Amino acid sequence: MTDRPTASPAGSRRPLLQVRDLKVHFDTPDGVVKAVDGVTFDIHPGETLGVVGESGSGKSVTFLTIMGLITAKQARVEGEVVFDGQDLLALPENEYRHFRGRRMGMVFQDAMTSLHPFYVVGEQIAEAVRAHEKISKRAAFDRAVDMLQRVGIPKPAERARQYPHEYSGGMRQRAMIAMALSLNPDMLIADEPTTALDVTVQSQILELIDRLRQEFQAAVVIITHDLGVVAEHCDHIQVMYAGRLVETGRTRDIYYRAHHPYTWGLLQSIPRLGVEEHRLRPIRGLPPSLIFVPPGCPFHPRCPYAWEECQRVVPELLSPDGVHASACHLSLADKERLFREEVLERA
Amino acid sequence: MTVETQESRMERPASGTPLLKLEGVKKHFPITQGVLFQKRIGQVHAVDGVDLEVHSGETIGLVGETGCGKSTLARVIMRSYDATEGRLLFDGQDYTTFGRRKMRPLRREMQMVFQDPYASLNPRKTVGSIISDPFRIHGTVSKGEVKKQVQELMELVGLNPEHYNRYPHEFSGGQRQRIGVARALALHPRLIVCDEPVSALDVSIQAQIINLLQELQQEFGLTYIFIAHDLSVVKHVSDRVAVMYLGKIVEFAPSSVLYENPKHPYTGALLSAVPIPDPDLASHRKRIVLEGDVPSPIDPPSGCRFHPRCPNAQFPTCSEVEPQLEPHRPGQVAACHFPLPDRAVIDTASA
Repeated sequence: MTDRPTASPAGSRRPLLQVRDLKVHFDTPDGVVKAVDGVTFDIHPGETLGVVGESGSGKSVTFLTIMGLITAKQARVEGEVVFDGQDLLALPENEYRHFRGRRMGMVFQDAMTSLHPFYVVGEQIAEAVRAHEKISKRAAFDRAVDMLQRVGIPKPAERARQYPHEYSGGMRQRAMIAMALSLNPDMLIADEPTTALDVTVQSQILELIDRLRQEFQAAVVIITHDLGVVAEHCDHIQVMYAGRLVETGRTRDIYYRAHHPYTWGLLQSIPRLGVEEHRLRPIRGLPPSLIFVPPGCPFHPRCPYAWEECQRVVPELLSPDGVHASACHLSLADKERLFREEVLERA
Repeated sequence: MTVETQESRMERPASGTPLLKLEGVKKHFPITQGVLFQKRIGQVHAVDGVDLEVHSGETIGLVGETGCGKSTLARVIMRSYDATEGRLLFDGQDYTTFGRRKMRPLRREMQMVFQDPYASLNPRKTVGSIISDPFRIHGTVSKGEVKKQVQELMELVGLNPEHYNRYPHEFSGGQRQRIGVARALALHPRLIVCDEPVSALDVSIQAQIINLLQELQQEFGLTYIFIAHDLSVVKHVSDRVAVMYLGKIVEFAPSSVLYENPKHPYTGALLSAVPIPDPDLASHRKRIVLEGDVPSPIDPPSGCRFHPRCPNAQFPTCSEVEPQLEPHRPGQVAACHFPLPDRAVIDTASA
């Protein structure tokens, strides 16, 4: 284990998940894609973590690797993923299968393609239960009906016998959450769970995840590209860019004291309801290719404050207070001043 | 860039011919049964009586959940669908029943930007050919001029003109949306209907496209109809916002009024669902949570269409009497028997 600072609170509880210097590199004909390039963080039991970044920042790959869905067969995976004291990367596939689903569940962005169109929803949930528990088909189906009810699907007994196409988008996502929680996992990973949904349904789903987190005492990870989505529902937030963590902290640190220019850019890109007549200030340019990641700080070509050092030296993820960390060469005083002047006052 | 103040927007005179006027527009789709002898067994009331005036140079936002009829309305305006009932007027001219040939000059005046930048560009054509299609179809530019004009358009929307010969798959989502915008601009239209132009994009890229659309509006005096389900985006770009529910406009107001004093509970619900990137402000707003999904437009609920989901519904008034759009603040109309009190959702004073 390295003595790098992490986003974990200085609590005495043992972390549920410890990720240490995780790297996931894909060999492609064009070169090595460094999708995840040295990520270190902890997740504590019952905590909600928001993971924010643009497409291609490595947020999904990080958690697919943790779920064991990207393995040494597809990529070069390095580092440590320790879940409840067990090193997952060292597990053989057949043992991983006992782990995945039972201890951690995952909900994907597109619920339509994640559910099998030929089977009724109840059977699909029951199948997931029976993959891990020795119970009768009947009992598993009853569990599925119960789960559908708990995620707020009306007439669950009828609905369990329907096919995914008979469900609306929001209900499919609820069914996916029911499936992920049917084995009472310790951690639920939701990868862009609401991106394809209407705002009204989005808020229903986020409320649901919040309620179930308390009910099931599970840690929750919400992966999103929209800082607006996670403001109300997360304890901690980590911002990813080009396969690395660039800022981590408590939710309030990110929204009211952000230290990284990339986080500022994300905050300034969102239209704010409460603010009259302002102009959005998007981050200029595009996310970098993960084959040719810029040297030094990967954000420097898009950063308005970059100087010579940024092009040479990779900034470490450092934390002045042990909780709120950022990987940026600006001094703390400059970060605080720039955030006040550029982000808060111009918002 | 001159920024209009809120006052000047609201006091914009409603006199003069509106650029686009809709009168009682309805679009019903038949539901049929049987293969050979198709029998009509019902109809989808996708758009069910919409009146709207769009003035030159303004941006009208259209919000609502999936299935509220906002995209259908856009397609009726573009005459991709024929209206079942009602009248469409462009610059005072009734074009509701124009045939193909008569529509042609009008098509130059109104263009559309689509939601999905992946599906709306032909993957087998180069960008140059995609953007120059309007020139070829309408013959507005001589052959020798086409390439120069296309490259000017590409530069205008922030694309590298040297990428003239590239294919859509070589561009990112945001760049593709820029291609879509360039194509829409090619014929110098006056009205552009943007159907969820940013919902498929990352937030940071969304902001780039929104700014681009606003700059182009300043430069060319464009009029936009901007459709989205996210009220924060719509509020940001629009002068006035129409909220649609099950084929009808339930509230219409200047965007700042709509935000501070929504009158229709549905508007309130949309507003309380918008993600706010500010934990304190978000926790200060009052939640109006809607149960369930939008009912089927095949058989819309009686009375107020919103009553089965409305937290404030009072019976039997709401389930029997259909509310009409009634004025509240200047420029604001809402169709509700029991409108929300002022500052019902977000109280800026307490935040």
